[in-house]
Amino acid sequence: MLTVENLEVVYEDVIQVLKGVSLQVPEGSVVALLGPNGAGKTTVLRAITGLLDVHRGRVTKGRVSLDGQDIQSLQAPQIVQAGIGQVMEGRRIFREFTVEENLKAGGHTASRADIAEGLERAYSMFPVLAERRKQTAGYLSGGEQQMLAIGRALMSKPRYLLLDEPSLGVAPKIVQQLRDLIVQINADGTSVLLVEQNATMALSIATHGYVLETGRVVMDKPADELRDDDDIREFYLGLRGDERGSLRDVKQYRRRKRWLS
Amino acid sequence: MEDLIASLVRGFGLGGLYALLGVSFVIIYRATGVINFATPALMILGAFFTGSFGNAVGLPFWLSVLLGMAVMAIIGMIIERVALRPMVGRPAFSAATVTVGIFIILLIVAGRLIGSELLTVNDPFGLNTIDVLGARLFTIDIARLVIALAAIAIVGLFLTRSRTGLAMRATAFDQETSLAQGINVGRMFGLSWGIAAAMAALAGALLTAGSSGVETTIALVALKALPVIILGGLDSIKGSVIAGLIIGVAESLTRTYQPEFAPWLGANFDVIVPYIIMIIVLMIRPYGLFGTKEVVRV
Ligand SMILES: Nc1ncnc2c1ncn2[C@@H]1O[C@H](COP(=O)(O)OP(=O)(O)OP(=O)(O)O)[C@@H](O)[C@H]1O
Ligand SMILES: [Mg+2]
Repeated sequence: MLTVENLEVVYEDVIQVLKGVSLQVPEGSVVALLGPNGAGKTTVLRAITGLLDVHRGRVTKGRVSLDGQDIQSLQAPQIVQAGIGQVMEGRRIFREFTVEENLKAGGHTASRADIAEGLERAYSMFPVLAERRKQTAGYLSGGEQQMLAIGRALMSKPRYLLLDEPSLGVAPKIVQQLRDLIVQINADGTSVLLVEQNATMALSIATHGYVLETGRVVMDKPADELRDDDDIREFYLGLRGDERGSLRDVKQYRRRKRWLS
Repeated sequence: MEDLIASLVRGFGLGGLYALLGVSFVIIYRATGVINFATPALMILGAFFTGSFGNAVGLPFWLSVLLGMAVMAIIGMIIERVALRPMVGRPAFSAATVTVGIFIILLIVAGRLIGSELLTVNDPFGLNTIDVLGARLFTIDIARLVIALAAIAIVGLFLTRSRTGLAMRATAFDQETSLAQGINVGRMFGLSWGIAAAMAALAGALLTAGSSGVETTIALVALKALPVIILGGLDSIKGSVIAGLIIGVAESLTRTYQPEFAPWLGANFDVIVPYIIMIIVLMIRPYGLFGTKEVVRV
């Protein structure tokens, strides 16, 4: 079980973004984390995966643990080794690399045999990638890049996979594919924490959902109850994924990040 | 004709050295975004250690070169860990300034170590020559070119074929994403300094070889790498090689022919040729001839 307890996070030592967030991802589950822009969803993932440093952020209170073991003092590479993989917001593939090099980079912590096996699994899961293994990844379409990002994250054989808005800026048909894919990944034994603004998609596969607003969890319910909740209907399900998609495309990704100590 | 061949070969030898120095800059720049102004000092220290292994310990030239490179690689990694790592996340300009400080410190250290004697590396080349097509060529020039290209090729293979090389390139491209793949980004920074320092050391050894001794001030030759990286593009190894050779040959041809054809330019004009090329390049193609274009998403 992946557990976040009373987490508080501050950027630049002054901007408090998370104000006591608690959530749980039980083994084998798909958990959705919903919330509007700027709620702090990505920040939760950064806190779990040790990437706050890069953004001049810091956990000021609370705890992140994996099967009861504290992991918040670990460095990002150690957290990957502990079995937590992630697909970052905006895909973040290595655009200048080939498809295969991207996958291999994802297997950095894996053994040679696991890399070979992982490549095979990725190519059978994503036949499009198999056809383009020697192509420059930057020229793949948005949907293909998202699949590559997911394939890359799976290369380390994570027990927990964190996905940050995978449906962002991809066509509705691809969203459907991604949804099925997440179901399959989960069925293969990986627990999933799915950050989404596309609540319809997320709640259709999640077992449990959390709604985050301005750094606080404002709702914490089984997914089917959230699906029936009036507020959720109004605020999230009322909006169609594709309209949102076009708006979200404009969103600027934050400056190229640097790594702190 | 003999003059031309001799001049070209000397230029390629020089160009090999410049290419090595350019690659030394590029490796660090790509991995960390920092321009390493300490390169000249790394070079002269590398020559010193090579010379010590050769003269004082009496090891064969090849072995002392390899050991000199290894020692400098370790020193490079220590410098990165101690002086540059704390600068991560600060503007690249501040880190570049730190490298200027390191340059000064290392140069003073090198001056103390070497003392007032001339530096030699106990190499087998000396002033040996061979005659090819009637031209008298110095073997050291050929050795410089061949060894430099071989070393750069090994680095290139390491970067493109090995797992660690892939991780280094990933780090150069996107540090945060690399961390998320489990790549120890700090270690990659250290490694880039290690490789760069070893390349500079090799350049130092090859520069000192074939002479009857050099002074520490010759370290400033390493500044020729600046025109090289500006011509070749800061982030391109291939660019460094081509630019290094172009500049080496241009300098050598100037040295051979300028006194005869353009004596009014004065003595030692060849020394400033690389900088003139640099200024021209800066005016017409500020990103260099081979700087890679970014691959953008369609
Ligand atoms: N490096 C940073 N420095 C300062 N503030 C930051 C930084 N990163 C994020 N923030 C702020 O923290 C808040 C939460 O950001 P976060 O990216 O976690 O939100 P999010 O829920 O993922 O939003 P989105 O749906 O837009 O991705 C926002 O107000 C954002 O401006
Ligand atoms: Mg986000």
